[in-house]
Amino acid sequence: MKLATGLILLVAALFVISLVIGVAAVPAGQSLRALIWDDGTPLAVVMREIRLPRAILAALIGAALGLSGAAMQGYLRNPLAEPGLIGVSGAAALGAVVSLQTGLSLLFPLALPFAALAMAVLAVLLILVLAGPRGSSITLILAGIAISALTGALTSLALNLSPNPFAAADIVFWMMGSLADRSFVHVWLAAPFIAIGAALLFSLGRGLDALTLGEDAAEAMGIGLKGVRLRLILGTAAAVGAATAVAGAIGFVGLVVPHLLRRAVGARPSALLWASALGGAAMVLAADIAVRLILPDRDLKLGVLMALVGAPLFLHLIFRTKREMA
Amino acid sequence: MNSLLSLRDLTVLRGACPVVDHITLSVAPGECIGLIGPNGAGKTTLLRGALGLLPAMGESSLAALPARDRARAVAWMPQAREIAWPVTVERLIALGRIPHLPHGARLGPADRAAVEDAIARMGLDAYRTRTATQLSGGEQAQVLIARALAQETPLLIADEPTAGLDPAHQIATMEVFATLAAEGRSVIVSLHDLGLAARHCSRLLMLNRGQLVADGPPAEVLAPARVAEVFGITAFYEDTGDGPVFQPMRVTR
Repeated sequence: MKLATGLILLVAALFVISLVIGVAAVPAGQSLRALIWDDGTPLAVVMREIRLPRAILAALIGAALGLSGAAMQGYLRNPLAEPGLIGVSGAAALGAVVSLQTGLSLLFPLALPFAALAMAVLAVLLILVLAGPRGSSITLILAGIAISALTGALTSLALNLSPNPFAAADIVFWMMGSLADRSFVHVWLAAPFIAIGAALLFSLGRGLDALTLGEDAAEAMGIGLKGVRLRLILGTAAAVGAATAVAGAIGFVGLVVPHLLRRAVGARPSALLWASALGGAAMVLAADIAVRLILPDRDLKLGVLMALVGAPLFLHLIFRTKREMA
Repeated sequence: MNSLLSLRDLTVLRGACPVVDHITLSVAPGECIGLIGPNGAGKTTLLRGALGLLPAMGESSLAALPARDRARAVAWMPQAREIAWPVTVERLIALGRIPHLPHGARLGPADRAAVEDAIARMGLDAYRTRTATQLSGGEQAQVLIARALAQETPLLIADEPTAGLDPAHQIATMEVFATLAAEGRSVIVSLHDLGLAARHCSRLLMLNRGQLVADGPPAEVLAPARVAEVFGITAFYEDTGDGPVFQPMRVTR
């Protein structure tokens, strides 16, 4: 309970901070007032059309990544699993890259996220076919690796064949992940998918708890493993596919957040689900605040910062694990 | 008499080869049954097939149940002792209550009582707040047996639960199973220690190459000729004043 309250307060605080930070240096009180009462000033437009959707997206995407990371680790019973493992984020990135490369993204405002989502759906279908209706977690890992490798290769190919350096730069920058210049259109596109994905993933708690004892014992306790796996794949695909489609590839959240919170929830996979959703939201909100504070005029990319922070954090976890094993 | 498990011509194939070959048996309440047989005889496959965890031909009353009902009819302790996350012993044992809990519900008084009962039966009171993954292999086995007990099912099936336990805990575990049988529940345990099987089980099932070669009281099943044929050993067997004693002696082949 204490942990839940703490995480909710943290997310709320970071959300407010995210709202009052931006290019236009305006006192916090005045910004928030402009957010609530539309006084027709440019500030109200900035608050309502730029900062609010950005903060909402950061929270949504962070929650999607943290939650699917916790679910994936719980299902595979492996603390190194992450949502990208099933290849959906790679596929979404490929869709976006192809739309940038072909100029499709210029046709209408949402062409890029739509292309990314379409490719994510395609990847899910491919995974379901490859991994088969029956079978253990190992076939899912293998299918995911195959799809990740394929989408990675095709993304490289698109870069390789890019018509000019500007298109290549566009692609590279998009792949670094960012929440800059997103609008409510992006929120309305991503939110339904993330909500559906989250509902599917939150329903897994009981099955993931039972899987602590292995697949055989879980099945004997009445857990339908086929259903668990299907909900995991569809839930992760919806949440992570939508997140990648609007924000690009943001790594490490799904890997690190469940790690950081596991001990705090007594290692129970079901409790880790909601904790990681909140923790992921906090982490992405914090990182999105940091990119605006550290280099406000250089457009530091969110995915880059996350990797810069995430890698040392992960090293720290390795050392902690080593200490515990010694 | 209502049976807790009945198999009719249960057959599990691996390729074209029957690993479990037309096995028919039934389990009544109050039995402590030992499943014995050499390595590769099909003990684990028989148990998993009976539980419906493997595709099998023939009939199994348990495999025919819907998953939720089956989980309330039988508890299963697999041979692989998996504990994936560093949860406390108490929490791990409470996982056995999953089949009884409605979706999203917390443990109720009945669930807590079942967990406490399992902890008491296995003598794990001192361990309840320890982290399960940090226990020794034998201690983990005891915790996992307690987890299966907490499921409070009429039938408990355990695959080599005594492997890796010290003698005192082997005997204590078999006595827990015998007590369950005395209370009217039934237990099926696969065992490699024929001495334990002879002393603590009320009935033995002997499996060889997928076939049920003997089914009856220990003294009958462990007849010298059959033990020599199936296990390839000679053995000392005597009904002493302090219960039956079975000790394998020599390899005959």
